[in-house]
Amino acid sequence: MALLEVQGITKAFGGVKALDDVSVRVEENTLLGIIGPNGSGKTTLVNTITGFVRPDTGSVLFKGKDVIGLPPYRITNMGIGRAFQMVKPFFHLPAFKNIIVPLSSPRVRASSGGRFGDKDAVALDVLEEVGFERDSSVPYKAASVLPHGYLKRLELARLLALKSEIFILDELFSGLSIAEVTSIIPIIEKILLDGKTVIMVEHRLKELFRIANKVIVLNYGKKIKEGLPKEILEDEEVKKAYLGVEV
Amino acid sequence: MKENYRKERIARSIKARSDDIYALTSYREMWYLLFPRVIPIIGIALVAYFLPLYWKKVIITTCIFAMLAVSWDFLSNCGLLSLGQALFFGIGSYAAGSLDHYLHLPVYVTIPVATIMGGFISTIILLPVVRLRGIYFAMVTLILPLMLMRLIEATKILGGTEGITGLSPFPNVWVEITLILAAMWASLFGLRRFIASDYGLIFVSMRDNDRATMASGINIYAFKAQSLFIGSSICAFCGAFMTHSYQFTGMPVFAMEFSILPIAAASIGGIGTLAGPLVGAMILVPLSEILREFGTLRIVFYGLILVVCVVALPEGIFHYASRKYNEMERWVKIE
Repeated sequence: MALLEVQGITKAFGGVKALDDVSVRVEENTLLGIIGPNGSGKTTLVNTITGFVRPDTGSVLFKGKDVIGLPPYRITNMGIGRAFQMVKPFFHLPAFKNIIVPLSSPRVRASSGGRFGDKDAVALDVLEEVGFERDSSVPYKAASVLPHGYLKRLELARLLALKSEIFILDELFSGLSIAEVTSIIPIIEKILLDGKTVIMVEHRLKELFRIANKVIVLNYGKKIKEGLPKEILEDEEVKKAYLGVEV
Repeated sequence: MKENYRKERIARSIKARSDDIYALTSYREMWYLLFPRVIPIIGIALVAYFLPLYWKKVIITTCIFAMLAVSWDFLSNCGLLSLGQALFFGIGSYAAGSLDHYLHLPVYVTIPVATIMGGFISTIILLPVVRLRGIYFAMVTLILPLMLMRLIEATKILGGTEGITGLSPFPNVWVEITLILAAMWASLFGLRRFIASDYGLIFVSMRDNDRATMASGINIYAFKAQSLFIGSSICAFCGAFMTHSYQFTGMPVFAMEFSILPIAAASIGGIGTLAGPLVGAMILVPLSEILREFGTLRIVFYGLILVVCVVALPEGIFHYASRKYNEMERWVKIE
């Protein structure tokens, strides 16, 4: 049984079919890439899995349990963590206080040692994993003054703090320089080494294809191709739809 | 030659601000921390206890508005933009009035019971709409007190348009002043301590982004209900207190004044600090009394002062003062 099974999801906003009978299987401890042109339904698919959008038909099975209809915080507490494309930190709070909020969730409190102890220290530990140096001033600054790259890392840190089983990263690399992307990739590889599962929605294909195990391609809400990164690169239909190249 | 200089801001006394035992290492650091807290407490107490009776009553009203403003700021800190402090205030007031009039309970029972009851009733009334965000929630809270007012007028329950009169007063004015001052400082410092705690951080995080709070595995509706209860209980206390102070409750307790003045106080005092709205109320309410001598022109001067405050210090008095107090500024030459 796959860890996450998306079966026949259809979602229409008015007359626009954002998702049309999309099915995906995500095996445990793999990295799934979701690509597709703008408006092809990638983020809607993520929103459906995480409970922010309710699909018209279809089901999302996480460990065999249907999560459709559950509120987002319940799904998060089951182990599906989600990073937003538009970073959503708590701007008024210092970076390390941002992590206190996920550390107070029922999921973390139920885990061993989650209920007691100094949350500040745990938050700083988590932030060090994503590259905030504890001894520098960065983790203590308000999130509103942090540069974009750090905010993206903060999104990742939120999922790490939640001890998520599935990391859904919605365009984590967008707006980052090549140097920043190359410094984030090892963090994702480490998450995979820890036995977690990652789903990445991405426009930066070169970086994605280097680490992805499987890639699916969406276009106009339909899944047009599924396969290894190498196969996707060579597929004519994908080139036409996604890259807009006449072949 | 200002263009060659820039203003450098240096945090004053890092040690004192590190919430650590360091603050206890010298009288200077202790005084640095205590000064902005102790001086207002003593100052307002002195003014309240030694002024003539009329001004004592003004101070009491000021404290009530200050608490409403603090509660408004707390709710806005939790991402709940409320335009209906009058709703919470009125429910608390009617609760205390009914307990006194129909059940003949003494003052020291009606006020605590009305505080809790007011909090519960307000939370239950607003529970279906905590899912609304921003301005939509504000619209509902704005309209509810007006609806309740007309409901009481139409059905003639709870004294109808006459209200409930002849309620039991406080033993004397000293008890009254001590009680309201204690409640005001307790709610201010209590809430400030609360929102700085790990549990309180969840409440504050909902203002910045409640979807991110939800994606952190937090049931935001449960937390919004809790913040509503805390905020409305404080207002209900004010209502209950005012009822016994004036020995009357009636339709005026749902007046717009109780919704709007706290917001004005918060905007000139500085939103988001809890202390700022208190400062704002401390200025606005006595000011309105002082301006009474001008008769009809009062509202003109009042409005003018409000405009000047908002234009001159858009961030709010408290933000400005706390920056001046906590940071040293100097002009440094740009190399």
